[in-house]
Formats: sequence, structure tokens, C-alpha cells
Amino acid sequence: MKLMTCPINGSRPVSEFVYWGEIRPMPDAATCSDDEWADYVFNRNGAPGVKKEWWCHTPSNTWFIAERDTEKDKVLRTYLHGEDE
Amino acid sequence: MRLPAMPDEWLDRSRAVRFRFEGRSFEGLTGDSISSALWAAGQRTLGRSFKYHRVRGILSAANHDVNVMLQDGQKLNTRGDVIAVREGMDLTAVNTFGGLAGDRARHLGMFARFLPVGFYYKAFHNKRLFPAWERLFRRITGLGVIDFGTPHIRTAKSYDFCDVLVVGAGPSGLAAALAAASSGASVVICDENARAGGSGLYQLGADDARRMQTRTLLDQVRAHPRIRLLEGTYAAAYYADQWVPLVDADKMTKMRARAVIVAAGVFEQPTVFRNNDLPGVMMGSAMQRLIYRYAVQPVRRAVVVTANADGYRVALDLLAAGSTVASIVDMRANVPPSAQADALRSRGVEILAGHAVYEAHANGKGELDGVTVCRIDGAGRVVSGSNRSIDCDGVAMSTGWAPTANLLYQAGTKMRFDDLLQQFVPDTLPEGVFACGRVNGFFRLESRIADGQRAGLDAAAHAGFGAPSDTRIPPESEAPSLAWPIVAHPDGKNFVDFDEDLQVKDFENAVQEGYDNIELLKRFSTVGMGPSQGKHSNMTALRILARLTGKTPQQVGTTTARPFFHPVPLSHLAGRGFSPQRHSPLHGRHAALGAVFMQAGAWERPEYYRVEGRSRIDCIREEVRRVRTAVAMIDVGTLGKLEVRGPQAAEFLQRVYTGRYDNMKVGATRYAVMCDESGVLSDEGVVARVSEDVFYFTTTSSGAATVYRELSRLNIEWKLDCGLVNLTGAYSAVNLAGPASRKVLAQLTDMDLSSASFPYLACRSGLVAGIPVRMMRVGFVGEWGYEIHMPAEYGPTLWDAVMKAGEASGIGPFGVEAQRLLRLEKGHLIVSQDTDGLTNPFEVGMNWAVKLDKPFFVGQRSLQILKQMPLKRKLVGFLLAQNHSGQVPMECHLVIHDGEIAGRVTSISWSPHVGRYIGLAFLQPSLTEPGTPFSIRIGDGSMVAAEVCATPFFDPKDERQKEAE
Repeated sequence: MKLMTCPINGSRPVSEFVYWGEIRPMPDAATCSDDEWADYVFNRNGAPGVKKEWWCHTPSNTWFIAERDTEKDKVLRTYLHGEDE
Repeated sequence: MRLPAMPDEWLDRSRAVRFRFEGRSFEGLTGDSISSALWAAGQRTLGRSFKYHRVRGILSAANHDVNVMLQDGQKLNTRGDVIAVREGMDLTAVNTFGGLAGDRARHLGMFARFLPVGFYYKAFHNKRLFPAWERLFRRITGLGVIDFGTPHIRTAKSYDFCDVLVVGAGPSGLAAALAAASSGASVVICDENARAGGSGLYQLGADDARRMQTRTLLDQVRAHPRIRLLEGTYAAAYYADQWVPLVDADKMTKMRARAVIVAAGVFEQPTVFRNNDLPGVMMGSAMQRLIYRYAVQPVRRAVVVTANADGYRVALDLLAAGSTVASIVDMRANVPPSAQADALRSRGVEILAGHAVYEAHANGKGELDGVTVCRIDGAGRVVSGSNRSIDCDGVAMSTGWAPTANLLYQAGTKMRFDDLLQQFVPDTLPEGVFACGRVNGFFRLESRIADGQRAGLDAAAHAGFGAPSDTRIPPESEAPSLAWPIVAHPDGKNFVDFDEDLQVKDFENAVQEGYDNIELLKRFSTVGMGPSQGKHSNMTALRILARLTGKTPQQVGTTTARPFFHPVPLSHLAGRGFSPQRHSPLHGRHAALGAVFMQAGAWERPEYYRVEGRSRIDCIREEVRRVRTAVAMIDVGTLGKLEVRGPQAAEFLQRVYTGRYDNMKVGATRYAVMCDESGVLSDEGVVARVSEDVFYFTTTSSGAATVYRELSRLNIEWKLDCGLVNLTGAYSAVNLAGPASRKVLAQLTDMDLSSASFPYLACRSGLVAGIPVRMMRVGFVGEWGYEIHMPAEYGPTLWDAVMKAGEASGIGPFGVEAQRLLRLEKGHLIVSQDTDGLTNPFEVGMNWAVKLDKPFFVGQRSLQILKQMPLKRKLVGFLLAQNHSGQVPMECHLVIHDGEIAGRVTSISWSPHVGRYIGLAFLQPSLTEPGTPFSIRIGDGSMVAAEVCATPFFDPKDERQKEAE
């Protein structure tokens, strides 16, 4: 079983986590076209590569960001939202 | 024949073991395998092959002699070559008809030409005949007889951790463990054999110095405080991030390591010649195992067929064990000079270079009594007219090896075929995985030990201890494996796969039929699909395919290695389920009242309360009647209960729910609908403003965990000045409903319960029965009622107080079923029962709850778009005919209009109030006018007439919530 490093709780089995999805900027709802909005809501990029994703350590309800190489199936780093600098 | 004591033998000579095999009594020694005990006693026929029922003996004595599969009472799959013999065992060979010696299926081999490769696929596609074939094959195949009375065994799992896990305790593995431990790492080293040491303690060539090298390493490992040695334990698989299940006789241990070293060695591969399966023909390493582990003389007079240095050591070991070596048949054109060859020549052993065993001969019992050898040319072709017979009762096959790379493949190692070694070796290893020794392509003992030390240091460094090694180990100069260990024979029976009785011609036929890819060849021919999973056959099959297709082994590639490395008993894998089940704080009260519980998400909730002598439906109707006419109480503590606090708490709710909350007065409640970004209705609840900066709100029972999780995430993303608290478990809640509810509650509180000061949909805090509570006047079931929330620990006390106060009013509990009917009469939907993963609020008539003019909320933009589009369906109420009899539609039954699907039923129930069946259904918009008739197709295909009806079915103007004037 894979390990995932929660920035608060450390390395834990991946079964303790839920994956929410890639961080994607929301288009400006006031100005974007219906098509742009539909693309944002319904389409996901499944191409392998390095992704920034929301993950949650469920027992402690800790949300954080994981940078993951989905091609190599490798977690590159994890950090709390806004603490990536 | 039993030899004098060997220095590292596994035997306890002071304790004899008596057992039975095929009805005959035998005696072995403690520490013997079943096969070694039988072999020592002169028994050579140990089993029958799977397809042709040929007699078989010892092949590898290394866990692949699957033709020596035995049944010991209830115990199946007992492999004679490795399972230790125990006192009182009563063993029978599987896969025989009427016993091993007189097996009635023994002549099946004569029909071999009618059973060509892939004959299953060719013969058994006739549908009419298939059942007959199936019966036949179920009878004649299968390994052993299952006793269904076998007791149920619970097998514990254990979990363990280490810095470095070493798989394989041969010379390189032991050296790796010591090196890693000397760097400071905590090390676990496991070996599938009953005792550690691996080939270091039996591949000796009668050279005790070799044995002593391994012995010394083993003694150091045993003495090292940071090394744990697990014998009789195999690494069954490799899973991500160095997670390896270690299986022993009693249990599975899930081992998490920081680094894994695979030092699993190599499997010796058979030489392929006619009758290479006769008892007496075995791997060279099998003979060495018999000699040094069990002190059994393998054969009296041996021919050694070889193509590497190992075969010469086998010959020396045989001489040391008192056997005669009739001849060394070296399949290489030239014999490289070596001390071993010289030693053998000086002892008068004939060495035939450029020769092969052409065929083996059997005596009357089907056991080996001689071979014919022949000359072969550089391409391995038989030189005609060069045949010559040699009498012998044993052939040692020592012409090549295949890496035990199963775990390496599972870990994602890229392997490369090394032309000099004639073996696949690791090319690129995944991070945290290391290989050493023979599996890594090093065969000389010094190289194996040095490679182990290197891997040990590298693995320890990966785990955070010490520095990696900078040692370079010189590559091998001599091939341990022959490129073509196969001798053609017109009459076949030159076996490649001993599990499945596959001969060389089976591969030729398969390739001729177009199965020229290794994965296709495997499936068509079943090579490697028997119990030993190709450990002694895949490499030969690959070589044959490569030659037939003109490719290199690298181009042919290997089949996919999957868990498990070795069959794991199901009892080791089966375990108890871990599905947490939540009980409300009032669970005990419900149980005492006779509740029948149902599963509701993670919770157990009372479906209804059983009353002696009443049917389920009567109990539910009585609970409904009590709510409508008197007073009753339901546990709603499973609702999600959240609190948001802070200056921007209102703003937060504005963003996550579709309605408006910034204009709510303190002490008010408001219905709340939540959507996802696509505008799909995802949850609903009630929001109460407790104070300016504090909102208390509920979610559906099933959505509690996910809603809280998602709201936490949004709060992090938005960085609003507010915080979220999940009170779901901390609070208990009940709904006290019915015309008499206020009268009952008034006895327990000083709060002003008049409509003026506590109106419908208000929220108040106060004391009930001395307990601090938050109360909301709600109308889910359509009666005057109070949802009372209190700290969980007070739940039972409050429940008891209310029940006591309500006695005079005829109070009772009601369950989820009654509540479902009561809310249906009010036309209230249940999210996820009356909605699905595509339902938007407009489809369920909740336009009023969606404030599209707010600056922003989740799903707003999607709902703006949806609002402009015509509705595809609408949730409406419906009635069945007044006098409906016969079957009643059920949830999810389809509405059919003009032969097309026009909707579906989401809820349906008998309404005592209406006196008819009522329900909710999604219908296409053209059918939604009240009074429109439509048809529901029920389970048996017949149609039931229904009619659209306005909701609520009961008290449409909420008169029951108003104070009687």
C-alpha cells in the first residue's frame, strides 16, 4: 500500500486519505462563456504528469496539497494550502 | 540411502518419525521433508503428473515438485518436496485413480497425440456437449478432495516495520543484512526455507571452505542485535512503497520497510530431453539439497548433464556422498579449465564435451535405469549416429538458471537480458528496491557476498543510515546458463513444463497456430499456469519462442509477474471486516423499546419499534397514527450537526448554500439547499442563527461526513474569518412531534412556548428537564413539533424525561419508516432517495430556495445556465387509484408513456390520511399537470395506473403549525 505524507500527521497509509481532485483555477463566473464554464465543471485533464491535487487525511480532517507525478506514481511533496513557497 | 551426519543437515537424528504414504508405513527423521524421507527409504515414485499421469519423483526439492502434491487428511496442497514430515501423517498422492502404483489413468499418455496443445479450446466449444465434458473433467482433474467439514480457522494478521528487509538468506542476502545492520539499520531477513543459508550450505563441490563462508555469515547474522532472521517465511509479493506480506505457516505479517533487498537467487531449470521426467532425473541442486540438508544419497550411479561450473560441483558432491558418477555430459563444445574439472578427471570421471542426453530409459516401474547420450553441434542439433548408452539410476540436470525476480518485476524493475549470462538481470530498479547475488547476475561466491555487502550499504543509505557503497564488482566471465538446453527427439516426451506436461512440440504447434507472443503462448499452451507458476518452465518456453520466431529473449520478454509469488493459504488472506458502525447515544433506549434496526449509512437506526402480536406494517401505522393524533418522538441524532463561528460565518453560508443567510435574525432558522459546482443538489438541512456570529446547521445523516469535509476545504481555500466545528457526534437530537408535543414539553421547561415568542421555524436555547438545549420548531413530518438538540451525554436523560412527561398524552417512539411516510404525506423529499446524481433544485420545485441574485455561491453559474434551459423532468406527487388492488409499484419502477421511459417512482407508500397509495415520481414535464394519468411498469411487466397530484398530500397550508385561535 502506498504511503502519503500528511503535513501535520506525517507518513500514513494511503487508505487514510481521500483524494479530491486537481487544483484548477475557477474561471470568473461573471464574465466567462457558458462553454468555458462547462469545460471547467465537467472536463478533467487525465494526461499523466505532475499534478497539484487536494488530498485530505480523513481521521484528522487535514486538507493539504500533494504534488504528484501521475506518470511515475510518485508523490513529490505535500504541504498545507498556501504554504508552498 | 541415508548418509552419515552432514555438518548443516536439517535432521534431528534422535527422533524418528513414522508416517503412512499410499497406505504403506514409512519411517523418516525429524527435519525430513516428506520426499526426502520417502527417497531415503528407497521410494522413488512419489506422484503422478497432471495430464498424462506419468510417474514422477523428485525434481527440484525446492518447492516446485508439484507432481508430488499430497493430501494429509483434511489438509490439501501438501508439497512433498518441502513440507516437513510429521509423526502420524497419512498421505495420499493426489491426481490418481485407485492409488499411485496402479493409477487407472496411467495409460493416458498413450493418447497424448489426441490431446494436442490447446485441445481444450478446440474440443469443448460445443454448447450441447459442454455439460458432459465439464462433468468428466471435474472428475478427472483437481488436486485432492475437499472435506467440507474442515473446521473454520481464524488466522491473525500481524503488522511489522523495519528499515531494511532482505528477501532470501543465502550468501548474498546474509552479507546484505550484515552490511545494512552495520550501517545502523534495523534489518529483517526472511527465507522461505525451513533453515537459512540458501545454496551457500549445499552448492559446495565437496569444498568445506565454501560452506564455512556462509556458515560464518549466518552465525554473525544470528548474533547481530539489529537483525531479525525469519526462517520458513516467504515474501509473497511486493506492493507500493516497500510493503511486503511475509507469510509463514501460521500467519501473514504485513511488513513495511524503508528499503527492500531482493536476494532471492535463481531457480535451476530442467534440461529438456526425452523422458527427462523419469524418477531419478532431477536438478543438480536437488541432489545437493538431498545430500546436505537431509543426508540422503540421491542416486547410486549418476550421469551429470551440465553446461556450467555448477554441474561439476554437483558431480564432486555426488562423489563425496558415495555415488558413482558415470559420466559428465557437457553440452558446451569446450570445457573451460577449472579445478573442479581437473579433480573429476583425476578421479577417473569421464567428461564428454559437446554431448547431450538424447533420451532417458525407464525400467518396468517407470523409473530411470539408463540414458542414451549423443553428440550435438554448436546449434544444439543432434549429430546422428553418435548415440551411446550409459547405465545409471540418476541424471543431474545442471544446465542453467532463471532469476527469482518475481518481486523485482512486481516492484516495476526494468530487466535486461544479459547475453553472456544468458539470464535476465535488473537494469533499472525502482527507488528503495535493491537486488544482489545471483538474481542480480553474480554467480561466483566471492562476487555474491561482495554484491550483498554493496546492496546492504546502498539500502541502508536509502533508509537513512550510512553512505552508499562505491564498490564495483567484476562481471562474470563464464555463462551459468546454456542458451539452448533442449534436445530434439522425434518421439517427444521432452518436457518443458512438468506441472502441465508440456513438451517441446506443444510450443512448436502453438507458435504454428499463431500464438507467437509470450502472453498468448502462455494462455494457449498453459505454460507456467500450473501450481509452480512457471518457476521451472517460463525461461525454457521463452527460449523456444525466441528461437521459433527469430527473436532475442529480450525482444520476446517475460510474462507479467503478479502476486502472489507462491500460493498463500486462503485462511491467511481472509480476515474480519472492518466497517465501523455508529450507534446514537440513544441506541440503548431504542433497543429496550424493541426497535428493529436498519442500516442508514454508517448508523444503525430504528426502522420501527416492534410490538408483540403486531405485524411490521401495523407497528409502523400505529407510530404514524400516534404522531398525527397525539405525540411521539424520533431520534434524529444521526443528522450532521455543524457550527460555523466568526465574523464571516454568514458569508460562508451564503457561499455554500443556495439561499440567503446574511439577513437572518438571531433565533431564526431557514431551510438550506446545497449544490455542487455543476448545480446538482447535493445536500439539505436547516440553518439556525444562534447569535450574530454563530450559526448551527444540520446536514443529511448520510452526507454529514462528506459535507463537513468539503466545507472545511472550501474554508481553507476561501480564507474567510470563520471556523467550522463538527458537532455530529457531540450532540444528540430528537424530534418531538404531534398535536400534544407542546403540552408535553411545557411540563419540562420554563421557556415560553407560545407561538408569539416561539413561532414556527424559530430556534431557541434554554433548559428542558434541566438540560441545556437548542430547540427548533420544524415541520418535516407535518405536525407541531420541536427538534431538541443537546450534548450527547444528556440524550438518554432527556429522552426518559420526555417519555415520562408524555405518558398521559399517549407518547411513544417512532422510527425511520413512519417518518418516511409522514414526510411523504407532506411532500418533503429526501435527498438521495427522491434525488439522484443529476438532480438540480429546479427539477424538484425548489426555485424558491435558490437565490441566483447573490454575489456568489457554489453551483450558481451552472444554475444560471440551467435556469435558461427547459426542464427535462420534474418531481411530482402522484396517487394510485382509490380502489387499487394487486401489486404495488416500488421505488425505481419506471413510468412508461407511449412505449418510452417517461420517468420513475422515487417514493411510494400507503397513506392513512389520503386513504390511497401516494408517492413521488420524476416525470417528463408534459405529464406533470395535476390530474394527468400515467402508467407505471412494475416488476412483472404489467402496468399500474397512477395520476399526478399536487403536494402536500396532507395539510397543504401548514394549518397544523398554527396556533388554534
